[in-house]
Amino acid sequence: MRASRLLSLPAAALLLTLGAGIATAQAPIKLGDINTYSGIGAPFTGPYRQGVEMAVEEINARGGVLGRKIEVLFRDDKAQPAEAVKHAQELVESDKVAMITGSFLSNVGLAVSDWAKQNKSMFLASESLTEALTWSKGHDYAVRLRPNTYEQGRMLADKAGKMKYVKWATIGPNYEYGKRAWETFRDRLKELKPDVQMVGEHWPTLGKIEPGPLVTAILNENPDALYVSLFGSDWLAFVREAQKRGLFQKMFVVGILLGEPEYIDPLKLEAPEGMLVTGYPWYDVKTAGHQEWVARYIKRGDKTPVLGSIIGYITYLSVAEAIKKAGSTETPKLVAAFKGLKVETPMGPIMFRAADGQSTMGAWVGTTKLDPQRGVGVMVNHEYVPGEKVLPTEDEAKKLRPAN
Amino acid sequence: MSLLFVQLLSGLANAMFLFLIASGLSLIFGVTRIVNFAHGSFYMLAAYLTYSLAAALPGGPVAFYAAVLLAAVLVAALGGLVEVLLLRRVYKAPELYQLLLTFALVLVTADAVRYLWGADNKTGPNAPGLAGSVMIMGQLFPSYDLAVIAFGPLVALGLWLLFHRTRWGVLIRAATQDREMVAALGVDQSRLFTSVFVLGSFLAGLGGALQVPRLALTTVMDTSIIVEAFVVVVIGGMGSVWGALLSSLLIGVLNAYGVLLLPRIAIVLIFVVMAVVLVVRPWGLLGRPEIQLRPPGSGGVVGARARRLGPIWLGAGVIALAGLPLVLPNFWISIAVEIFAFALFAASLHLLMSVGGMVSFGHAAYFGLGAYGAAVLLQLAGLPMPAAFVLAPVVAAVAAAVFGYFCVRLSSIYFAMLTLAFAQIVYAVVHQWDDVTGGDNGMLSVWPARWLGTPSRYYYWALAATLLGLLLLRLVTASPFGLTLRAVRDHARRAEAVGVNIRALQWTAFVVAGFVAGLGGAIYAFLKGSVFPVYTESPMSVQPLVMVLLGGVGSPAGPLIGATVYKLLDTVITRYTDYWQIVLGAILLVLVLAFPRGVAGMLDGRRP
Repeated sequence: MRASRLLSLPAAALLLTLGAGIATAQAPIKLGDINTYSGIGAPFTGPYRQGVEMAVEEINARGGVLGRKIEVLFRDDKAQPAEAVKHAQELVESDKVAMITGSFLSNVGLAVSDWAKQNKSMFLASESLTEALTWSKGHDYAVRLRPNTYEQGRMLADKAGKMKYVKWATIGPNYEYGKRAWETFRDRLKELKPDVQMVGEHWPTLGKIEPGPLVTAILNENPDALYVSLFGSDWLAFVREAQKRGLFQKMFVVGILLGEPEYIDPLKLEAPEGMLVTGYPWYDVKTAGHQEWVARYIKRGDKTPVLGSIIGYITYLSVAEAIKKAGSTETPKLVAAFKGLKVETPMGPIMFRAADGQSTMGAWVGTTKLDPQRGVGVMVNHEYVPGEKVLPTEDEAKKLRPAN
Repeated sequence: MSLLFVQLLSGLANAMFLFLIASGLSLIFGVTRIVNFAHGSFYMLAAYLTYSLAAALPGGPVAFYAAVLLAAVLVAALGGLVEVLLLRRVYKAPELYQLLLTFALVLVTADAVRYLWGADNKTGPNAPGLAGSVMIMGQLFPSYDLAVIAFGPLVALGLWLLFHRTRWGVLIRAATQDREMVAALGVDQSRLFTSVFVLGSFLAGLGGALQVPRLALTTVMDTSIIVEAFVVVVIGGMGSVWGALLSSLLIGVLNAYGVLLLPRIAIVLIFVVMAVVLVVRPWGLLGRPEIQLRPPGSGGVVGARARRLGPIWLGAGVIALAGLPLVLPNFWISIAVEIFAFALFAASLHLLMSVGGMVSFGHAAYFGLGAYGAAVLLQLAGLPMPAAFVLAPVVAAVAAAVFGYFCVRLSSIYFAMLTLAFAQIVYAVVHQWDDVTGGDNGMLSVWPARWLGTPSRYYYWALAATLLGLLLLRLVTASPFGLTLRAVRDHARRAEAVGVNIRALQWTAFVVAGFVAGLGGAIYAFLKGSVFPVYTESPMSVQPLVMVLLGGVGSPAGPLIGATVYKLLDTVITRYTDYWQIVLGAILLVLVLAFPRGVAGMLDGRRP
């Protein structure tokens, strides 16, 4: 009697686990992506979503993660942090997602991150670039994929510091991204080249640029070089006026993010040549598996990729790796899994650093040139700068974060 | 010297675009009194049409110009259709209902454009023959901008001839001054309105189409132009085409020099100019005092007729609300709290609009200051959460006292636009004052005290605050003060004649409304855990306006019903589609057409 009971215990346990295994094999792992799918973010988040869906299809075709398929619920934050918080709550509490991903705008990313901290949910910020997310407002529940403003500014400054240009001006959108993009670049440039002078700063309202007067004002400051952190429609309108007023002939231009297909493709052959930019030359990246990825992406959606496409893809590769490493979808295990998580991506290997949750994904730095064949601007003489090269060390980064 | 001159030219080119858009808007408002939010949508639509037509039309270099004209004509026809098919059905509704309808059109158009043309930014063709530049005083200047500078005065001249040399123009001018008189003289108003809408939309279309060689096309072009266009119209004087021209020049040129002198002020420059102009000239530069959004007598209805719910029903309602957390999951409890915050926000606007006859376009300032007040008191002043919560509305009320002092000197649309100006100034301050407000990154970790830290506990806290806020509004409305306020709304002169201090009265109402909106903001801040500048921006000011109109201006329950319906629709729709704007817009359209007095108005009307 006693013996048989003892025997039956493990058997029952085995049965239970098997049963649970079968039950969960049928239920997919749900994940939630909150992004600015309408309005100002739509040009970037559309391809991002394509990338996410492609990754999910491929992961599921390989049998999913932990024997379960994954399923992503997409929510539009309407560029409103409060709206994003609402979705986060619904996704976690009602839809029971394992973790949250996404966020395009910095303030949306910060709002979701703070909600995640308060509610002990895992959040992977994919696009938001503000340094605060992983440093001054950083915590265990938030990690970030893309190289932040600080890293990209530094990559550009490291190159610009070796050039002859002394008098610098800047133009950027009047919000945190623009200001920080300039400050990190400027500070690093001064370090490398103490004789540089700053001759002018221009901060048009985001999305409402009136470029003509700004171009004239910059021309009259007569700088050797101009640092641009405009993007989206502001950047496009600025280029058109700047071309007509001969700005690009009169000064060297450095543009953060402006080599990304998102920003350079809409300009077609009006794209300025010879700019130093960070970006993503998908047509020219030869890392293992990248060209195959591009081919699969084009085949799937009949469109060439932009940076958002591969960011969406890598976001979900990372999520899948994290769940695999955690062996679970429970938040504490995910938090632990993301510390030092290594992911093989079409861009090459990346790692989410244990100290600050910043991934070591880098960016390409190169020069713009027109490609008459495709009818768009491209990046040439580019070099991939990995995140490790421009990030503070993990010990330094730890000091940038509040004590938990 | 050459810099200043070229800067002047740049400013003039921008001014001409502002003029094209603002003159059409001003015309439509002047004659029909419609606050047409959809004007920006017509502008955007024409730009996209030009983009596609220029590529599709044959004829080489001529194709672009043909496309511009055709796009403007198409948009004009669409404007006419909208007037005939939609707006005409709601002219008999209380004033401002047309605003709700045009807001629905904005939503629908935005998503239609995104669906038809895609979300990516587009750059259109350059204007053939004008793609290059000319050298002016040693500086290159785009020839296209020069052409635009020449074209603007031609349009102005055309309008002048139209208004002063044709019978139609005379009627338009007459209707702008006194449309009742024009109607009494036997002029067919509906044809007049339609034709004005067609012309106004044509001008918006022309403005949008001509931007194609200069700007990038985006699906948010509509909202980025519409507020600025209203500001230009108001500075010039509503209904005055010459005023629109003058103020376009003023704004265009000031902006051009502003970037030289004060690079960071661009965000708020035109609103400061508007505030100054309105304080000095309450009807804009060339406006006339006659124009009113809410002519005496047409008014609102929170009066003896409005039914009061009996104490039994009220008690049952409160008990039902108190029971909600027992049956709702956490997420819906939070949605309920969000509805509370917006119910207070909308109800406080309702006090101004319906009881006071003062329509505010900038009410978000006080909602936002309530939220920022809470965050700053909590984090920078280190107050405990309940104290920060209680004092936050006081911050909003103090701001309302300062801004209201100036606003109540104005009436109708000018009052509305001055409130908007102050709201934008508040926005600029919280957006730029990084050290205190954190700029656009906002203030984080504004969470309730630990003992309120579960959704249902915070729900009860918010419910209590909401009931107190509504009770305050109810007491104010029902008191002799509220009755006198109504008297002022319905006939300011008579009220003054019996010795009412109109301004003091309206000012007090403004402060009370600011206080209650601030209370809503405080609830919202601790619900979301963070505070951002967008809480004070114009789209946030539109929300309570839509809620009040949707619920029904005439009923005290209107704003509560409006807030509930709007928030629930919004929450449910966004869940299922990225094209939430078109769905929400379509539903709003149906609601406006079906219940032209708001949902509560309909319920009231059903009763015997």
